Amino acid sequence: MDASDQRCTDPTVLDLWHPLVAVSEMATDNVERTLLLGFEIMYGTDRDGTRFAVRVDEPDEALPVLDRHGYLWTSLGAPPADVFTIPETAEPDRRTLNAASIKVATSAPRAIENFLDMGHFPYVHTDYLGVEPHTEVAEYRVEIENDELWARDCFFYQPMAAASAVGGQLSEYTYRVPHPYCVMLYKSSPTDPSRSDVIGLFVQAMTQDTIRAHNFLSVIDETSSDTVLRRFQQIIFSQDKPILENQFPTRLPLDPRVETPIRADRSAIVYRRWLTELGLAYAVIPAG
Amino acid sequence: MSPPPESAWYPVARSDDAAFRHVHQAKLLGRELAVWRADDGFVNVWENRCLHRGVRLSVGMNEGMELKCLYHGWRYANRTGGCTYIPAHPADSPARTICNATFPALERYGLVWTCLDGDIDFAPVDLLEGGGSFPLRALPFAAPPELVRRHLPAGDDHAGEDGTPRWFVQPVDADACVVYGVLTDTPAPDRRIAVLRRHARRLEDLRAEVEEIAATLPRPAPLVAAMEQADVPVDIGGPARTVGGTDQRVVVARKWETAAEVVAFELAPIDEPLPTVQPGAHIDVRLPNGSTRQYSLTNPAGDQARYVIAVKREPDSRGGSIHLHDEVHEGDELVISAPRNNFGLRRDAVETTLIAGGIGITPLLSMAETLAADGLPFVLHCFVRSADHLCFSERLDGLGDAVVRHIGLDPAGTAAQIRRALGAHRVARHVYICGPGPMLDAARRVAGEIGWPDEAVHFEYFANPNEIDRSNGFEISLARSGLTLEVPAGQSILEVLRANGVGLISSCEQGACGTCIVDVIDGDPIHHDVFLNATERAAGDRIVTCVSRSASGRLVLDL
Ligand SMILES: [Fe+2]
Repeated sequence: MDASDQRCTDPTVLDLWHPLVAVSEMATDNVERTLLLGFEIMYGTDRDGTRFAVRVDEPDEALPVLDRHGYLWTSLGAPPADVFTIPETAEPDRRTLNAASIKVATSAPRAIENFLDMGHFPYVHTDYLGVEPHTEVAEYRVEIENDELWARDCFFYQPMAAASAVGGQLSEYTYRVPHPYCVMLYKSSPTDPSRSDVIGLFVQAMTQDTIRAHNFLSVIDETSSDTVLRRFQQIIFSQDKPILENQFPTRLPLDPRVETPIRADRSAIVYRRWLTELGLAYAVIPAG
Repeated sequence: MSPPPESAWYPVARSDDAAFRHVHQAKLLGRELAVWRADDGFVNVWENRCLHRGVRLSVGMNEGMELKCLYHGWRYANRTGGCTYIPAHPADSPARTICNATFPALERYGLVWTCLDGDIDFAPVDLLEGGGSFPLRALPFAAPPELVRRHLPAGDDHAGEDGTPRWFVQPVDADACVVYGVLTDTPAPDRRIAVLRRHARRLEDLRAEVEEIAATLPRPAPLVAAMEQADVPVDIGGPARTVGGTDQRVVVARKWETAAEVVAFELAPIDEPLPTVQPGAHIDVRLPNGSTRQYSLTNPAGDQARYVIAVKREPDSRGGSIHLHDEVHEGDELVISAPRNNFGLRRDAVETTLIAGGIGITPLLSMAETLAADGLPFVLHCFVRSADHLCFSERLDGLGDAVVRHIGLDPAGTAAQIRRALGAHRVARHVYICGPGPMLDAARRVAGEIGWPDEAVHFEYFANPNEIDRSNGFEISLARSGLTLEVPAGQSILEVLRANGVGLISSCEQGACGTCIVDVIDGDPIHHDVFLNATERAAGDRIVTCVSRSASGRLVLDL
């Protein structure tokens, strides 16, 4: 694919860390190719176990790499010292894994916004994350704190909230957007309600209009197999994919007049404003 | 200079592409379209984009009279594209400004036609106006529309004993189009397949020839259609305020006696199509004698080619009903307001109970037919003096077992039946009540006694039976504009606001409809209206400005 006209020139995005692959899926002494921000990237693991990544058009300049949260991250600019932290993953009894890396014909911010959205649960994730007639989205709080977006007090009735759930429940979610193209949610674990399962979507913007969505999972669940945990997330994401691929325009419009937000979209409204304030221009349609 | 391509009419589908309960995707001049036929036969041509989050409407569901977006279940009305329901906020009536971009549409010669610039009239094709025309198979071409047009057979080429074909081109994009053929005459049934085959083969040969030429030409840049912008200010602070629409002229297309002392009027548009109807909405009817009366629309969502209202003869009233009964006839013109909805229907109830007293059936009929179309469970209880007083009995019959008729009960019997109809309250059950004041009061009292919470009891009074005490004076201060105004005894807040140039939409002006409601920031309202329920009154954060007053010396309003 010729992605040269998709090459990112936006310093805000170039300077971010971007996920490339789940390290559990990397073989030793092997090289793979992918796209990131319109650039062809080669990445892999040396014979001595060292991870690396380079731009195919600049093979002599090594890109910075980090191994965090189960993924290999790189940057095409001057990145911060580290990727955002997820303190929960340090808990010893937690299972952290990549549920799936799925290519979707959409933009990174559209995928983030969909992840933040509760209103679609009864329609897109029928009988899993929502069911009619429980369609109401109650008021919730959204704040920007320490350069991250947080949505709190998000309550929604869910018939089957997780792989380990038995019967319906009123779920409480907390959403966190620590990075313009990465989002997480915390919800009380069905097996230990005092603690939170963490589900993330770390988006690799291949171009402005195509992504690889890395589905991150960190749960407290001693019984379900990896396959069962993965399959649940894969079902959920496969329900979102056709919606994401039927949104027009593909890139997220930041001008609030282009689409029609309602109160339930508070997190999306704040997300779009936040992107505008960051001056982010890749994979969006900036406000005119 | 030739006119811009947007100002012409083009076919965008064959009529049979727009099958019932289906949404057809088309593209014209680079703009994607959703083409769908409603159950009343009307073919809608809309921009193929839900204005909420941009999802293609062609992946949505044609629910008969409404199109439902796949993503968040937003519903849009047949004909207008106006939003009728937002499931994330089931108690709110969507603002009138939430409306998808629609294009004019008509069906001729077995094809669906549209024009992106809405002000141009369709020019009939004389040869096809005879009525016997017969559409051929449509064929997409990967070639610029102009090139294809130049190569299409002209005049009477291909004419034969089975009629003369006329060719029409749908310019899809700069390098793509669809060719539709229509024969001037319908072939005899036993010849049809042969005729279709013959023309299809010729068109396929032509396509091969033209696409070969197109392949040698430089590829034109794709057309970029401008996106229609949503007409909605971003306001996430609270429910969208009811905004005013303009009045419009209608003609009485039909007037009939629907029950003893009740006449129904079917109102047809004259200049503009009628605005979007939401179940429970009412309109103001401006009478030739200068007065205004409110009437509920009986139309269910999406059924809005013509409005249907019913008027009970009220000999003691201010004269509006007498005038409509005696002086307004079929063919007469009336002026009406755009619909307003202060009695919105939630469509997220596990069960909905509708309780109608007499003429109070009108908004509840609109709700009942909407719920029936959605397949949602409900029971409609109709309380009337005698069987002759049942309005719209044919439409009630159409609702089958969901209608329970209570005939000739006294007040005690009515209260007993209401108690039985309501039963114990359970989560996600809602009741809607409309009828004469005493019955409504009784129904609300019964609901309260058996534990129904205020937020599950929805009601609409015809009129305010309260005696309104206007004897005290007080001050209002307007938080946003900084104005402070004196409301003297004998004048309403609404009147004082109007006199000082603060425009506020109102309708009944007697505290029944809730249109002129305003948020209270500080102060202690005395409620004289019958719109707010007990919980809302106690909260004291809203006031119906046409009747209610202040116990404190000063009221601070969010204006
Ligand atoms: Fe989803």
